[in-house]
Amino acid sequence: MTTDQARLPTRQLIQPDVPRFDRRTLKPEARDALTGMLLTMADDEFVLGFWDSEWTGIAPLLEEDVAFSSLAQDEIGHARVWYEMIAQLTGDGADRLAFHREPEEFTHARLVDHPRTDWAFSIARRWLYDTADSVRLAALANSTFEPLAQVVAKVIREERYHLMHMDAWLRRLAGRDGEPRQRLEAALAALAPDALSVFTPLPTEERLIDAGLLSTPTTDLANRWRADVGGVLNELGLPAVPDGRPPADGRDHAIPSESFRWLWGEFTSVARLEDGAEW
Amino acid sequence: MVAPTLAARPLESAVWAALHDVHDPEIPTISVVDLGVVRTVTTEEGSVRVELLPTFVGCPAIEVMRTAVEERLAEFADEVTVEISFAEPWTSDRISAEGKRVLRNSGFAPPARAAANLSFLPVLPVAQCPYCGSRNTTLENVFGPTLCRAIYHCGDCRQPFEQFKEV
Repeated sequence: MTTDQARLPTRQLIQPDVPRFDRRTLKPEARDALTGMLLTMADDEFVLGFWDSEWTGIAPLLEEDVAFSSLAQDEIGHARVWYEMIAQLTGDGADRLAFHREPEEFTHARLVDHPRTDWAFSIARRWLYDTADSVRLAALANSTFEPLAQVVAKVIREERYHLMHMDAWLRRLAGRDGEPRQRLEAALAALAPDALSVFTPLPTEERLIDAGLLSTPTTDLANRWRADVGGVLNELGLPAVPDGRPPADGRDHAIPSESFRWLWGEFTSVARLEDGAEW
Repeated sequence: MVAPTLAARPLESAVWAALHDVHDPEIPTISVVDLGVVRTVTTEEGSVRVELLPTFVGCPAIEVMRTAVEERLAEFADEVTVEISFAEPWTSDRISAEGKRVLRNSGFAPPARAAANLSFLPVLPVAQCPYCGSRNTTLENVFGPTLCRAIYHCGDCRQPFEQFKEV
């Protein structure tokens, strides 16, 4: 958390949860491009993880209290690994990235920039996010940057459970006439404008593809995702996700939303209590 | 996994043996070796290096295991390095036969073989009840008290039980 890393004992300079690698294996342009992409992934998981943790203690069922707490723990764990990977690439600190940036500096997709709202909304958002995330992860599975490909291989195995759980809930809500289905439809309608924001084009996309760090442009990933989810939505008689390209400003938080300012205040509150505290 | 008994390397086999004393803090009956968390042990004059594979990326127990391994191995070398590795994903197939036996005796259904096909929407196979052996069980929750466990209910002996997840 301190910017003066030289003052920290050696043990803390070694990032605990990511294998050490030689960042010189990447050209500087590729390294910058990779850092930008990893930050979007880390911020998505981090912000969604904190929103989902808002269900801990108050989910509609005890099982879901457990489930959403686990989902939140998974996502924040994934975010931590990405932040630590960025820290090794740039010499920055994972704690600084997570807890000492201003709200304007975050790069999460607008899809995860909504509060938990009601249960149907949290399920709809998570279903949209988990399916999109799995398309994104698949495009990174053969990344030329070995440490990234290795973590992705592990994360994909965990995200299977998220997909399975969300799909079961989506079908459960869609299959009950009346309030469950109405709330689900309202949630999907409210989220539709932001549905594609996970695939917001990355400014450094060309370099990522040239270097083999990412296999597929985000526009193609968006189409792949639309086809994946389209089948399920159609089967359940739910509206398809919108046509068109992902928004150019889908990760822009120059003017942070009120809800994100609140969440940011929550997740930075412990870090702000004690200067120099660690994750 | 590196074979735990290499007669030609007494230090290495002593380290593997010692690692059987280090247990998973979340399921204290199983050792880190039987859990398949230890990937490699490398020994040189005065130094020991161990690679650990996290069961789940966000698993808070890995740091506890890492410290416990460091402490347990301190007697073997001046320099003990324990690294967290993603060089290969930990999968539930890495749990040893002994590990599966220990899990069953502690009331956990061991994982079935990890699905080779990571399809778009996977389905878990039926778990076998660790109490009565029945396969008449239903998945209650793919999420349990820790990241690595799911909750089932047995239709025959009517006991809830946990399954170590397949990953």
